[in-house]
Amino acid sequence: MTEFLQHLVNGLSVGTIYALVALGYTMVYGVLKLINFAHGDVYMVGAFAGYYLSDLVGVRPPWADPPPGAGETFVKATIVTMGSMIICGLLGYLIERFAYRPLRHQARLTALITAIGVSFLLEFGFQLSPLVRSPIEFPPGPSPRVFPALLARDGYEVLGVNLSNYDIIGLLVALGLMLGLQWIVYRTRFGTAMRAVSFDSQVAGLMGIPVNRIISWTFVLGSALAAAAGIINAVSRPRIEPLFGLMAGLKAFVAAVLGGIGSVPGAMVGGLVLGLAEEYVAGYTDSSYRDAIAFTVLILVLLVRPAGLFGRLTVEKV
Amino acid sequence: MRLSRALALTTLTILAAACEKRTSVAETILIGHVGSLTGSEASFGTSTENGIRLAIEDINAKGGIKGKRVAAKTYDDQGKPEEAAVAATRLITQDKVTVLLGEVASSRSLAMAPIADANQVPQISPTSTNPRVTKDGDKTRPYVFRVCFIDAFQATVMAKFARESLKLERVAILRDVGSDYSVGLADFFSKKFEELGGTIVSDQSFKSGDQDFKAQLTTIKGKSPEMIYTTGYYTDVALLARQARELGIKVPLGGGDGWDSAKLFEIAQGALDGSYFSNHYSDENPDPRIQSFVKRYREKFGGTPDSMAALGYDAAHVAFDAMARAPDLSGPAIAAALAATKDFPGVAGVITIDADHNAVKSAVVLKIEKNKARYVTTINP
Repeated sequence: MTEFLQHLVNGLSVGTIYALVALGYTMVYGVLKLINFAHGDVYMVGAFAGYYLSDLVGVRPPWADPPPGAGETFVKATIVTMGSMIICGLLGYLIERFAYRPLRHQARLTALITAIGVSFLLEFGFQLSPLVRSPIEFPPGPSPRVFPALLARDGYEVLGVNLSNYDIIGLLVALGLMLGLQWIVYRTRFGTAMRAVSFDSQVAGLMGIPVNRIISWTFVLGSALAAAAGIINAVSRPRIEPLFGLMAGLKAFVAAVLGGIGSVPGAMVGGLVLGLAEEYVAGYTDSSYRDAIAFTVLILVLLVRPAGLFGRLTVEKV
Repeated sequence: MRLSRALALTTLTILAAACEKRTSVAETILIGHVGSLTGSEASFGTSTENGIRLAIEDINAKGGIKGKRVAAKTYDDQGKPEEAAVAATRLITQDKVTVLLGEVASSRSLAMAPIADANQVPQISPTSTNPRVTKDGDKTRPYVFRVCFIDAFQATVMAKFARESLKLERVAILRDVGSDYSVGLADFFSKKFEELGGTIVSDQSFKSGDQDFKAQLTTIKGKSPEMIYTTGYYTDVALLARQARELGIKVPLGGGDGWDSAKLFEIAQGALDGSYFSNHYSDENPDPRIQSFVKRYREKFGGTPDSMAALGYDAAHVAFDAMARAPDLSGPAIAAALAATKDFPGVAGVITIDADHNAVKSAVVLKIEKNKARYVTTINP
């Protein structure tokens, strides 16, 4: 039983990350019907932005002498997280503006291939050896770097289950961001405009909705969420390298499809379900088949519910 | 316009050809090195490279080999087997190296070995311990050598140490399924440990580059082992050690020479205290030959040489020794001289190449205390 609960905690902790990244996939797909394959790499850039920002604001590890106070830790962690979200938001805007917008009226396949191109650009661009040395070494190159400890880790043991403030904060931040997003999409003028563009962008444009601006903001929001995920992940698993967004991005995409692509709560649930599925498969069966079995489970779910858990099948009227 | 461009191109080609001719008759011997200078195992490549550079400095100070100076050409393989194969081909066909040094990781040495064999250029791996590196099926690869022990021995050392010195009964295994080295070492260990009367309570896998190991570790914890033997490379091991401690697993971890890197301690931050691993040499060994090497390395590069540096240094010196003994500098002549290497005094032990092209030598067991590796014992074959 203890083991089962421990797997639950571990699975939720990994699932949180998938969920946050999946939100970005879902939003962009909802508005543009585009699978933004570069999204996993924006998540990677988020972690690196956090790495550089911590260096610039001088984050001191909890074992430093003297150790940083609670106030200092909180302020710096907030600056790093917000800063990284802003940087990635900007990156998302630039990607949309220069890679996708010029191709908006081309075949959808063109945009998809461009997305893969942008993804490679980020992955391999970040693997180049540093061109700038000071104040930061950029690009970081392919060697893994150790993400600084933004806050001290407090471990708790409840009923024999080990969990930490990292897991709890991660889950709370993810839930908070998801609720915030849900509120933006369903309760604000911007959200209404977004849904209108998603429904029919041409008609929305005719009704006076600034379609380009709405799409830009969608990318900014999604990318900022990916940055938050990047930071939460890097704090508890402090090894970052330019390729680590690849697998996480793929899995988050699958999570979005599983939850029903285009649906905000679906992405959240999809992410958590995928995290748990992987965890239980690795824990109770052969761990070398972790990904294979987890993905098989997903295929089975999609066979039963082709639109995903929360998705709605839309019938194309001819 | 087009004519002038063609003319310029032709001139360039002729010039390049002329230059090439000049270097080939020049009085230098070029050796090639393929290493992971970047990537997850970056410290392996950089340490080996430093060791090789130190050895080249030695030999040139003594007047080179057969009156010729020695120079090295190094390519980075980013820790990828396919890149290692490309680099080996390039060194052999374009740079025309006399001897090929590398790689540290067995998967990458395995990618290079057929190329060395096919082109009759001797390859010396400093630290690849998987037995298959020098083997092509049942027969020994004629041009592939190594200056370190093999995993069967390394695993025996740790299995005996765990069973007899630490008196452990129950050990769990956590292996990297994507690495020939890791899988081989784990297999040898579990076989030997069970032979000695111990029990393998759980055998779990991960994939290099995984971020989260808690699923496997939770399952292992449920089986309450007395040690977790994990054969990955240092970045993965450090990360999984942290996660093991976070899950409240307090037993020591055990592993092989793939742990040896300063980065291990940087990422682990004390999570590995109390753990043991087998290695090629210890920089704490008081032997004057080792201490003078450590001192010179520190002066030149800063930092303590790890075993990849020591074996890179040894591999280069074994190559120089063979080249000096060989009647000429052709591949077959050097390979024959390498195979005849006997009692060569390396910093990481005395090297005698056996019929399988492996070095027969002792291993050390190190214990991690206060985030530092400490020498425990030497075990002879």
